[in-house]
Amino acid sequence: MKCGVVVFPGSNCDHDCFHILKHVFKIDTEWIWHKGDVDLSRFDLVVLPGGYSYGDYLRAGAIAKFSSVMKEVVRFANSGRMVLGICNGFQVLVESGLLPGALIQNHTQKFVCKTVSIRVENVSTPFSCECVGKTVLDIPIAHHQGNYFIDSDGLHQLVDNQQIVFRYSGPEGEVIDQYNPNGSVDNIAGIVNEDKNVMGLMPHPERCADPAWPNLDGQLIFKSIIYSLQHGVLL
Amino acid sequence: MIAKIHITFKNGVLDPQGKAVHHALKDLGYNEVSEIQMGKYLKLKMDGVSREEAENRVTEMCEKLFANTVIESYRFTLETAK
Repeated sequence: MKCGVVVFPGSNCDHDCFHILKHVFKIDTEWIWHKGDVDLSRFDLVVLPGGYSYGDYLRAGAIAKFSSVMKEVVRFANSGRMVLGICNGFQVLVESGLLPGALIQNHTQKFVCKTVSIRVENVSTPFSCECVGKTVLDIPIAHHQGNYFIDSDGLHQLVDNQQIVFRYSGPEGEVIDQYNPNGSVDNIAGIVNEDKNVMGLMPHPERCADPAWPNLDGQLIFKSIIYSLQHGVLL
Repeated sequence: MIAKIHITFKNGVLDPQGKAVHHALKDLGYNEVSEIQMGKYLKLKMDGVSREEAENRVTEMCEKLFANTVIESYRFTLETAK
């Protein structure tokens, strides 16, 4: 099993993702620089980490989608292999059209940085299968443009295809406005594509996956991915 | 050719900046303002293209890069560079 962590100019959670995959889960992990000749064929998972790729100029993720690496990531995803986009990575995924919708400024106009509860809405994805029996995860968020938008037709499609994986909630899993930190439509925190091999989420699982910290809820997402790759859940 | 491009949120998409500015205007007493749309403005200088070419090229640029048509709409005007 081989994982790659993409590095854009402005990525700043790349080392966290790399550390969790390589040192906590002991997976063969490599950096993937954003330009030049990019060959992703040796990877099983590509992670687009958080940060401010290309300074978030124009719109978050708007410039990154034209990078050499993203052309290959689109091809990689379309061939059925797993792509995980966290925070800015999620923004890049929606901008490149690998996931539907868009991420706009938080309704509060403020950068929000805190630990939130998210309810697991679907455990039948390769990114969440290890969450069985655990309905609510506590995971940090840190973003200014995490307000997920999709029109009502698009939302129906997401619901019908069970593409919503995580929703912001209260500690008991209450999905209500009070626990919506950024104004996202339907409290959406993370979604998958129709084929369920691409996931984007605003919360940062890599920030709560190292046993040095008391909160390890983020591990469930990485464990799900590893389980799926090992057992060929995707295939 | 000079292209002047305006990009704004589509109807129905929350515009938090517009809302915040609207609140501030109300605080200042400008109660006649019922709505504000905030957006982006880009000005492009293009060389060696006809008006028709410029129209097509700028439309392409807006669709590909300047606007995210999931949430934003765009409009532009073209004028001859002086």
